[in-house]
Amino acid sequence: MVNVVEIKHIVKSYADKVAVDDLSFSIAQGEIFGLIGPNGAGKTTTIKMMMDIMKPDSGEVEILGKTLGEATKDKLGYMPEERGLYKKQRVLDTIVYFATLKGMNPELATQRANQLLEKTGMLPNARKKIEELSKGMSQIIQFIVTIVHSPELIIMDEPFSGLDPVNTELLKNMLFDLRQQGKAIIMSTHQMNQIEELCDRVLMMNRGRSVLYGGIKEIKAKYRNNAVHLDYKGELGKIPGVVEQRKQKDYVELMLDGKTTPQEVLKHLLSKGIIVNRFEIATPPLNEIFIKIVGESSE
Amino acid sequence: MLRRPGFIIMTLIIPLVFLLGIVVFQIINGAATPSVSVTKIGYVDEIGAFTQYQEQGEIHFTSYATVTDAKSALINSSIKEYFVIDSTYYTTGIINFYTLEKQLTPPTETVTAIKRFMTSNMLDGKVPQSEIDLINSSLIVVATRLADTGDISTEQGGYGDLIVPLIFAILLYISIVFSSSYLIQGLGDEKENRLIEVLLSSVSTRQLITGKVLGIGAAGLVSVLVWVICAPFLLNYASSSIGGILGMLTISPSFFALCIVYFVLGYLLFAVISTCVGAITPSAREGQQLAVIFTLSAAVPLWFSSLLIMYPNSPVSIFLSIFPLTAPVSVMVRLGATDVAVWQIAVSIGVLVVTIVVGLLLTIKITRTFLLMYGKRPNLGEIIRSLRSS
Repeated sequence: MVNVVEIKHIVKSYADKVAVDDLSFSIAQGEIFGLIGPNGAGKTTTIKMMMDIMKPDSGEVEILGKTLGEATKDKLGYMPEERGLYKKQRVLDTIVYFATLKGMNPELATQRANQLLEKTGMLPNARKKIEELSKGMSQIIQFIVTIVHSPELIIMDEPFSGLDPVNTELLKNMLFDLRQQGKAIIMSTHQMNQIEELCDRVLMMNRGRSVLYGGIKEIKAKYRNNAVHLDYKGELGKIPGVVEQRKQKDYVELMLDGKTTPQEVLKHLLSKGIIVNRFEIATPPLNEIFIKIVGESSE
Repeated sequence: MLRRPGFIIMTLIIPLVFLLGIVVFQIINGAATPSVSVTKIGYVDEIGAFTQYQEQGEIHFTSYATVTDAKSALINSSIKEYFVIDSTYYTTGIINFYTLEKQLTPPTETVTAIKRFMTSNMLDGKVPQSEIDLINSSLIVVATRLADTGDISTEQGGYGDLIVPLIFAILLYISIVFSSSYLIQGLGDEKENRLIEVLLSSVSTRQLITGKVLGIGAAGLVSVLVWVICAPFLLNYASSSIGGILGMLTISPSFFALCIVYFVLGYLLFAVISTCVGAITPSAREGQQLAVIFTLSAAVPLWFSSLLIMYPNSPVSIFLSIFPLTAPVSVMVRLGATDVAVWQIAVSIGVLVVTIVVGLLLTIKITRTFLLMYGKRPNLGEIIRSLRSS
């Protein structure tokens, strides 16, 4: 798979601190990539360097196999956290204007804008001014502005903030479509459930450095806490190899001793005639891993 | 910017206000009925030689035998004022004037009427009446400017030539203030709502800043072209319907050309400055406060316009015409008062162009560093360090 983004050992310092410190990562074609980290971790600075708004002090940023320049900017779509649109401009004019900045001709841009407005159910609002739209609606327009020129790389900062569940679902489906089309998508967000649901891989930053990098499944497997979740009927009693039973609302969490495998525990339960409704190896939510990692790396 | 209602109003309102002024003048002029009210002024003639010519235009002179009689008439409002021709007048030349009104000096028309009354009486019978009238009338000097060839010059000078450049100088200043405000407001908004990041993900800082400056310059060009195209029609209309000094207004082709050049250069210079200010200030409001320092400098030639008109070739006038911040407005004011030397115009335009280009390059560097510093204002040291490092 071709790498759309290749970041090698980038460093960026401001007068009083190092914002990004020896950071390296890559993003492949057709991948949704999560960029996470606490406030001030260096995510925004990294994004700005990827967009050539800032230059790194050292290191290399390659987008689509080239150092980012004015030509490659046309293949990039950026969606900021705060809505960056001209409030007095009409919806269709806004989309066409930003598309022409990306090198599209106005006729094609209008055609594509109308398609996307129809797809998102926003076509009736095409003649409205941006200031007349709700926060969620202008978020959808911002998203259309980001993808109208069919970019190869899409960078989004908190894409779901301000969206209702219906529009959140709409946006997710459009992101999956874009991934299907081979687009690379970078999502910077604090909503860990969205990262878990959408992203293939993730980079966690803290204090300018990479503290966690890899596939979601691998990371969760790495940080699993040797426990199983059990929903059952019957009398459990003492289970060999289980050091603690933690009762939760709908299940019990069995903490294993480190020598016993989950399979051995399941075999024991079945032999005791316990009815097992659900038995799964417990993996910590990404949010828990995030808090743990940030805590460790800040010590 | 061309679509902004403020810009459209600003561009169109100037000719419309001028047109409205002419129409209002015509209406008032047509509606007004001339009212002739005769002012009575008393006098006491202690010499006894001032008995004729008591009607001087709208002023009637009434003789009183004594000062007491004249004073009583003044107090009971039979007369507005009175004066005394003392028996020593022929040796002193002094007239004593009495009034109930608080005045800096007696009104000019009253003094002129007294002067004519006195002169006419003193010359009566000694010179023909026609000569008395000639002495009493003001001197009419008709000046004609000749070209180097000895032919009558196409540019005759005078107040007619002064008014149009002065109006354009004022318009340029107002336009600079407006456009500067638009630019800083626009940049401030783009910074505050992060639109600038979206723009910079599509274009480079150089393209963004150059585009903004050229856009403002183009807007300035549109404004001045609209005014310059409207000006001859309005002046012809004013000349035929109002006459007087407006009938003398002329616009030479060379002034047209220089007007457009200085308008565009002035717009570009202040667009560069405003962009720089917008880049280093955290909000539009603070940007506009800082920009006032620069836009006020464009007003300096207007504050000293009387000096520029009276002494158009003084070293100070020449300096103001070459110093880039004051050059556009200064040259326009001076163009109405004198023939500005070609070398001064050349140097002035050259300095302006160099300042705009250098300013643009510095602004791009400063913008690249500070545009994305939201809510933080760099100090002077940081700006200098940034320029050195870039």
